Amino acid sequence: MSDHPLILGIETSCDETGVGLVRGCELLGDEVASSVDQHARFGGVVPEVASRAHLEAMTPTVQRALDSAGVKLSDVDAIAVTAGPGLAGALLVGVSAAKAYAMALDKPLYGVNHLVGHVAVDQLEHGPLPKPAVALLVSGGHTSLLLVNDLATDVVSLGDTVDDAAGEAYDKVARLLDLPYPGGPPIDRAARTGNARGIRFPRGKWGDGTYDFSFSGLKTAVARHVEDAERAGQPLVVADIAAAFQESVVDVLTRKAVDACVEHGVSTLVISGGVAANSALRALAEERCREAGIELRVPRPRLCTDNGAMIAALGAEVVAAGLPASTLELGTDTSLPVESPLAV
Amino acid sequence: MLLLAFDTATPAVTAAIGESSADGAFTLRASASSVDARRHGELLGPTIRRLTEEAGVGLGDLDGVAVGIGPGPYTGLRVGLATAHALSDALGVPCHGVTTLDALAFATGRTEPFVAMTDARRKEVFWARYDDHLTRVGEVRVDRPAEVDTASLPLVGHGADMYADVLGDAAAAPEPLHPDAAAMVELALLRLHRGEELPEPNPLYLRRPDAVAPGAPKKVRQWVK
Repeated sequence: MSDHPLILGIETSCDETGVGLVRGCELLGDEVASSVDQHARFGGVVPEVASRAHLEAMTPTVQRALDSAGVKLSDVDAIAVTAGPGLAGALLVGVSAAKAYAMALDKPLYGVNHLVGHVAVDQLEHGPLPKPAVALLVSGGHTSLLLVNDLATDVVSLGDTVDDAAGEAYDKVARLLDLPYPGGPPIDRAARTGNARGIRFPRGKWGDGTYDFSFSGLKTAVARHVEDAERAGQPLVVADIAAAFQESVVDVLTRKAVDACVEHGVSTLVISGGVAANSALRALAEERCREAGIELRVPRPRLCTDNGAMIAALGAEVVAAGLPASTLELGTDTSLPVESPLAV
Repeated sequence: MLLLAFDTATPAVTAAIGESSADGAFTLRASASSVDARRHGELLGPTIRRLTEEAGVGLGDLDGVAVGIGPGPYTGLRVGLATAHALSDALGVPCHGVTTLDALAFATGRTEPFVAMTDARRKEVFWARYDDHLTRVGEVRVDRPAEVDTASLPLVGHGADMYADVLGDAAAAPEPLHPDAAAMVELALLRLHRGEELPEPNPLYLRRPDAVAPGAPKKVRQWVK
């Protein structure tokens, strides 16, 4: 793989400062500094806290990634950075640093799309992605279903959440159940011993003929259930509530993802983003993909959450496609559409 | 010594390349400033590139980088700092901090005491007192304009201009309003030549992030009493 250019990827869209080094589909280095502990007591990411942490972590994380990959900055052939979507102040730290590295090293700069990066990262684990593929991105900030014809040039949005992201619903339900932030892991753990059939929570936008999602009604239904139990003086069966809530989320996610594959005649489904680490989502997706004859690809949890390797992986695709580099005037775009793998 | 300096802690994006000889004589090689509070991220990189072309030097020729560490509105401030940290890392040269108000004060050339002020947003100013253009008295602070202890000294900077109605006659001649990297690079080279310590290139925020821990979740049921 050594004939492929060495791409340095920088990611600062939310609360992880990620730096990755990639050649083609080969992962060489991947270091992340997270500020998640600083946000825990606020129950969600505080943008200013995240931005301050990015500035402190940026160059040390670059150095750690270079060390772990056993390469030098002067070996880098191109720099890729998340230009959006994400938090404005957080994105700006990464983009500013990336421009400076590009200028100092006299190498091309590519501002790329965070969401498409979540799909591209799977290539580091499972090799080149068959074309086309369907991708389900589920995280604290995003819930999107994509038709990926080409990672660098042709990504189509099939559906999105109309309100809360799936991971956000996990965080909010965790608060209702007095579980810690972030809510995904504790709910997943609690659900393992719970009975998912005891309570029936709604499935948002189930069978509505779109590939959109909705989780805010589900969160309210859990809140109602909790309040009703408290008012009736009944103890909360956290495991059952967690299991029923989780069942409702993963049922809709996997159903719509598999339906999208079938409708578009696609035989590969990628699930990525922080929520892809969820054991119930993985289990149900595996079952339904097997039944439908679809190959399921889920990167290992470390690559599913935000990291710099995913940005380097997309950068490698963009470079290989021969797309023009970004200029030094590259801005950040907090709502960069997924149809733009490369920001202009 | 060839030094690149820039500051993004105020509405201005300002950058300069300066040089000091062995005897400390200063030469400004190139400088540029623009005022656009919402485009620091877009403006700084192209400005640096233009300056190097104008000065006929490469980034690899630099002996160091100096950056304004504020205080200043945080998002813009971080553009300069992130850029400086990465340039210094990639070029393998030192990165020095310069307090933004000190650069503003230096540019006044004043020999009598005065107060420098910049906009801190939220109806507050960042400010500091100076005995002269080179000598700050005490720490940099953030306060409401009416609460600043100006000691009836003349006031300079955009903060003084913005709140002239509250600050009165002392704010009658507030120029220069914004820091200029041409002065910043000269100040940094002067301090380095004298063997003085420059601040670490870390941001002066002066305020904690606005964030409050959430209370109990809102009730979703409306109970009939």
